[in-house]
Amino acid sequence: MEYVLIFITAIFVNNIVLSQFLGICPFLGVSKKISTASGMGAAVTFVLTLATIVTYGIQKLVLDPNGLGYLQTIAFILVIAALVQMVEIILKKVSPSLYQALGVFLPLITTNCCILGVAILVIQKDYSLLQGIVFAISTALGFALAMIIFAGLREQLQFSRVPKAVQGMPIALITAGLLAMAFMGFSGVDGGLKVLFGLE
Amino acid sequence: MKKLKSSLLNMVLVLTLITIIAGAALAAVNDVTSVQIEKINAENLAKGIKQVMGVDANSNFEYTEDEVEGFTFYKSELGTAVKTTSNGFGGPLEVLVGFDNEGTIMGYTILSHSETPGLGAKAQEWFQKGQKGDIVGKNPGQCNFTVSKDGGDVDAITASTITSRAFLLAVQNAYDKVYNNQDGTTSATQKGGQQ
Amino acid sequence: MNNFKVLINGIVKENPTFVLLLGMCPTLGTTSSAINGMSMGLATTFVLILSNFLISAIKNLIPDAVRIPSYIVVIASLVTILQMVMQAYVPTIYATLGLFIPLIVVNCIILGRAEAFAAKNGPIASIFDGIGIGIGFTLALTLLGAVREFLGTGAIFGFSLQGEQYGMLMFVLAPGAFIVLGYLIAIVNKIRKA
Repeated sequence: MEYVLIFITAIFVNNIVLSQFLGICPFLGVSKKISTASGMGAAVTFVLTLATIVTYGIQKLVLDPNGLGYLQTIAFILVIAALVQMVEIILKKVSPSLYQALGVFLPLITTNCCILGVAILVIQKDYSLLQGIVFAISTALGFALAMIIFAGLREQLQFSRVPKAVQGMPIALITAGLLAMAFMGFSGVDGGLKVLFGLE
Repeated sequence: MKKLKSSLLNMVLVLTLITIIAGAALAAVNDVTSVQIEKINAENLAKGIKQVMGVDANSNFEYTEDEVEGFTFYKSELGTAVKTTSNGFGGPLEVLVGFDNEGTIMGYTILSHSETPGLGAKAQEWFQKGQKGDIVGKNPGQCNFTVSKDGGDVDAITASTITSRAFLLAVQNAYDKVYNNQDGTTSATQKGGQQ
Repeated sequence: MNNFKVLINGIVKENPTFVLLLGMCPTLGTTSSAINGMSMGLATTFVLILSNFLISAIKNLIPDAVRIPSYIVVIASLVTILQMVMQAYVPTIYATLGLFIPLIVVNCIILGRAEAFAAKNGPIASIFDGIGIGIGFTLALTLLGAVREFLGTGAIFGFSLQGEQYGMLMFVLAPGAFIVLGYLIAIVNKIRKA
């Protein structure tokens, strides 16, 4: 039940993009079409889950036992950068079709702050490895969900007449604001679920 | 100076060198700042204990320290200050709260938190004496110590119900630990029975 | 291009927030009040100036193929130093900005300026570029924070200008960040076209 709670909270209540403001760059940058948005969402889900497992191991097996907690940021970002490269190389060899679908998005992921953010959050929240993995997967799904809804809205937006000064980024931001408002409707759901599941 | 060629040897050398220098620089800074961070934390704690117990910041204040299951007690003749944590909106919320000998809240302070900037972070002022969510002078054993949304007696911080709940829960737990364990019943189980 | 022009360029013509549209995560995430926006801007400026200077100084020692990882190591070290120093000497600000301090590492502005400016120009010019872009970023964040704080709580920098009861809380929360930034960029677009 605890995992269901983490799952729902990370996707809807504390949506990584719309309420935590992480991963805004790809959210605004590659959301003009639903197809690219879902590709990015899939790539992030893949890398985020993998990165969380690896950084968790590094923190618990290397940094913590040696009292090197202050190297967290630098170690995590290097691992993530290396991981992204590795995933790219392996995908190219093993599954060319998947590489074609996700390849373009992979280099962009290193500077996607939701990867580093989630890796640090998992450590900060003192999750176990399994909780961390569930948290990472659901956060990534939340990211993908927000991306795809937003891309759908932007596709519609192309056919609307907007004032010149608001065209492009401004109207996209205002749309994102309205979407964030909709997601605010989920706030408090996690508290209710906690009571429902008898966790409190 | 000419730019170095991208030969394998150069690449490995340069990367290793940069990483070593960076690591050494960080270790040096960490040595200096970790002492300061500890000092600040210790000072804040000492200041916080005096504040929540309502004693003058410059006076000498005697207390004994005691740790039980994640709670830290600072006992004195005025009452007990308790350091405890609960899960807030963005992560752990570390609270220091002072009770007099009857269990009435004398004061509190937030030691650390990771709540939304400008919202949950308001907890430091919100529940103080004379503010909207005033808890000072209340006794968690005698009133309904939850937010008004949950039918309790305390006003939650605007738009930060989760932070408020976490805060009140931390105080309630601290109270239970200090006062109710003495007679064997905890108010948490009593409240659970009413629901 | 002289250093003064580089400086002004970063503040106005290549303003990272309103024109280049870079570094959106901290822009939206930390501007719930003017003072928070300003603190985040200054923290980023600090890293930006030093990373620009260091990267420009060692640019010839770094082979092209390991350029990006080397830059990332330099930037990550600077951010960690900033994190430790802030935790030690300004713990309240550190507590407010929270997770967004380590995330300065992945702020595209920093790596972007390292690639676009510091890797091609001398150390002194790079410092000025860092100052300019940094000030531009800080001003934008402070402005955004001030507008949100005023609309949301009726105060600016904590000084109440109208009663708190007139505040529209929405603007301090997540949706307000997107909407206010959208309108501010629209206004900047309008002025630039005119």
